[in-house]
Amino acid sequence: MHAHAASMTIPHTVTPRPDTGLYNARLGIWLFLASEVMLFGALFSSYILLRVGASEWPQRQLSIPLGTLNTLVLILSSISVVMAWLALKHKEFGRFKLWQGATVLLALLFLTVKAFEYHDKFTHYYVQTRDGRSWTGHLEGKPFNLTLARLQAGATPPTEIVFHPDAAGHGRTGGKTDHAEALRLPVSELVKLEAFGPWRNTFYAIYFVLTGLHALHVIGGILVLGYFWGPGSRMWFREPERFTNRIEVAGLYWHFVELVWIFLFPTLYLL
Amino acid sequence: MHDHHAPPGFWRRYIFSTDHKVVGIQYGLTALVFLFIGYGLMALMRWQLAYPGQPIPIFGKLLLAVLGPDLADRGIMSPDLYNSFGAMHGTIMVFLAIVPLAVGAFGNYVVPLQIGAPDMAFPRLNMMSYWVYFVGGVIMLVSFFIPGGAAKSGWTSYSPLATIADPVHQIDGQTLWLIGMVFLITSSLLGSINIITTIIQLRARGLGWMRLPFFVWAQLVTAFILLLAFPPLEAAGVLQLCDNLFGSSFFLPTGLVVGGRPLEVSGGGSPLLWQHLFWFLAHPEVYVLILPAMGIVAEVLANNTRKPLFGYKSLVYSAMAIGFISFLVWAHHMYLTGMGTKISTFFQTTTMLISIPSVIILTTLMLTLWGGSIRFNTPMLFALAFLPMFGIGGLTGLPLGFSATDIQLHDTYYVIGHFHYVVAPGTIFALFAGIYYWYPKVTGRLMNDFWGKVHFALSLVFMNLVFMPMFIQGLEGMHRRMYDGGATYAAGPDVAYGLSLGLKLNIGISHAAWLLGLAQVPFIVNFFWSLFRGRKVESDNPWQATTLEWATPTPPPHGNFLEEPVVCRGPYEYGPVGPGRDFVPQHLSESPLEPAPVHVHGREPLTRPQLV
Repeated sequence: MHAHAASMTIPHTVTPRPDTGLYNARLGIWLFLASEVMLFGALFSSYILLRVGASEWPQRQLSIPLGTLNTLVLILSSISVVMAWLALKHKEFGRFKLWQGATVLLALLFLTVKAFEYHDKFTHYYVQTRDGRSWTGHLEGKPFNLTLARLQAGATPPTEIVFHPDAAGHGRTGGKTDHAEALRLPVSELVKLEAFGPWRNTFYAIYFVLTGLHALHVIGGILVLGYFWGPGSRMWFREPERFTNRIEVAGLYWHFVELVWIFLFPTLYLL
Repeated sequence: MHDHHAPPGFWRRYIFSTDHKVVGIQYGLTALVFLFIGYGLMALMRWQLAYPGQPIPIFGKLLLAVLGPDLADRGIMSPDLYNSFGAMHGTIMVFLAIVPLAVGAFGNYVVPLQIGAPDMAFPRLNMMSYWVYFVGGVIMLVSFFIPGGAAKSGWTSYSPLATIADPVHQIDGQTLWLIGMVFLITSSLLGSINIITTIIQLRARGLGWMRLPFFVWAQLVTAFILLLAFPPLEAAGVLQLCDNLFGSSFFLPTGLVVGGRPLEVSGGGSPLLWQHLFWFLAHPEVYVLILPAMGIVAEVLANNTRKPLFGYKSLVYSAMAIGFISFLVWAHHMYLTGMGTKISTFFQTTTMLISIPSVIILTTLMLTLWGGSIRFNTPMLFALAFLPMFGIGGLTGLPLGFSATDIQLHDTYYVIGHFHYVVAPGTIFALFAGIYYWYPKVTGRLMNDFWGKVHFALSLVFMNLVFMPMFIQGLEGMHRRMYDGGATYAAGPDVAYGLSLGLKLNIGISHAAWLLGLAQVPFIVNFFWSLFRGRKVESDNPWQATTLEWATPTPPPHGNFLEEPVVCRGPYEYGPVGPGRDFVPQHLSESPLEPAPVHVHGREPLTRPQLV
């Protein structure tokens, strides 16, 4: 705290106010989460409106095994985050460190899996040639987020690309084994070459925004939970009650982050 | 031994302070500067409307020197510059001037005092919300000076226009507008969480819900609107940012042709989606602008009529009803978009519904005057003028709320006249009332009453001379976004349609607008002069008011109250209670008939150290 606060204490920073039953931060986090509901609610509404208005909507574009894995990872972290708080309630600081650390590690695992999924999309391509033919598939050497402009911008632009089309037409990406025969396409014949980024269609656009914003929330969670696991945990020895409250509030936030994913997974992966 | 803390240094005390009063003053001064900038943009646009295509005197050279010949060739306002100024006038006035003044300044300074709290619930968050707002404002200002200039697609930033308006620059004014908005929205969210938590958690002992001053209620409802309505705009901003920077097509429809060529995007997006998300914030935002103003007016009216507010509970419930219904009226801005008549009917109905609590508030405030012994000081004059001015603004909104009459009036100067009556002589007058009213609490000195009255009289006259003729222009069919004020339109083949009167009015309106600016000079001088030379207050309660902020020393020290206040009665116990005494402060427990105890906190108002 700053220097002159000694003469002034703000009520209910630790102990609940009798008529509301809440301490300040607990009310604060619920209000924050209410605004978060409106934020993601608006994006989900956008998803519905875009999908209802679309003539065709790409389905099953994402890896369900990886999505399921990440769902499990987050569910496990929702258990560990509660266990960390319970440990503090039982005044077992060592166990708290263990569970809190586990939550942070699970959150990092989630991000790692997500990064692999993103990487898959940016190495998966759509190509179209002058005669109107088009394929989806992979480029030889798996370049990251190449475009026609970037292909031609190099010092010695290649004259042709080696392209491995997906076996089952416009199927979902990520299947590495079932490629059809490789194609050699002259660069001069190409009219379009783009990875499956947000520019590809509105499904990928909303996919990247929703999961990207969710990933930002996960990163925020890692920073907060990690801080309370590390340097922030010193507060336990000075103000144990206040520290326990902080862990509770951070846990409420983390549950919200999971809950968003529980909606995201079926919406984007399954439906 | 008790360890005496060193007083905080300059930076901690005035710049990065966590004291809600300092944060409130920071908000207030910054917002007043933005109010001035927003006015300046409009004053320049008014030249182009009155004298289209002629070089702007004096300021034209400045624009040419700063912005270059692309935007201000020979000192003439270019169409792009006009569009930029129009978009930024709206943005700055709403998001950087009025809301920060109404909520950031008055909410921050007055709410904790009126509820008897030592500070906001989260002081550091409070400081952060100001600085996030400040950065957002700087980003908005910087956008004027980047290549291509500031955002030029209206304050509504409709897609696809907002995405294709500047095809030359990758990072254009619109991009900075969106980034700036994300900062401003974040600031609002932090502020609203803080205000709600403070009001719910930090009310003084005895301060039950129905003993809250109406101003606090207004701030509470406002904070809920900000909390829940702003996030969808943040979502929309992120989506439009993706459209502008990463080539997505959230708001870009299939088959969009720009400059004769199909746009190289995937398409499949929905321009209407942007409008829905935008107005989901922007209509509740109207109530963010007006509710704190109503709160200020209620305080000033009760204090200067020397009687309780008429129908306090009706006011409270009406404010809550407005807060709730404000989330259900947004698409009345979209009758002409082709979203369908059934949807229009729904939103027409909700729009008529929300006028009921608004009228109740206005009516109860007017009835408060009945039988009062009115003191006509400067804050009271502004508060009184608020009533008919907001009344005109509200009533002229009805024809816009009906989907049939809106067809004629949509996007004309009638709309401009309507919402400016709500916000300019409405909200801004209330904010002036608030500044004159709470100035002695903040500084220990009163603003000069004579010059305050001059400021009021001139402002009232010129405000009406600016906005009343716009109703006529709008009824004539003058479109709100015409760069030359309709000159080319009137001279075209449809000349029989006639804008003859409208065009003449343009000149008069512009002169009134510039004089309105001059009318603020007495205020600005008074504001600074009174800081040093204003009459010192003789007590902590110069207006003889009942609410808790007047029970603090003047100016209130860090932590506000010398002893914890306990509230014993309602907020507006005005009326004859004893010889020479017509009010009972909320925190007094004695029988009202006993002579008033003398409060001497303010004996040395300006030399009192800030710290206890």
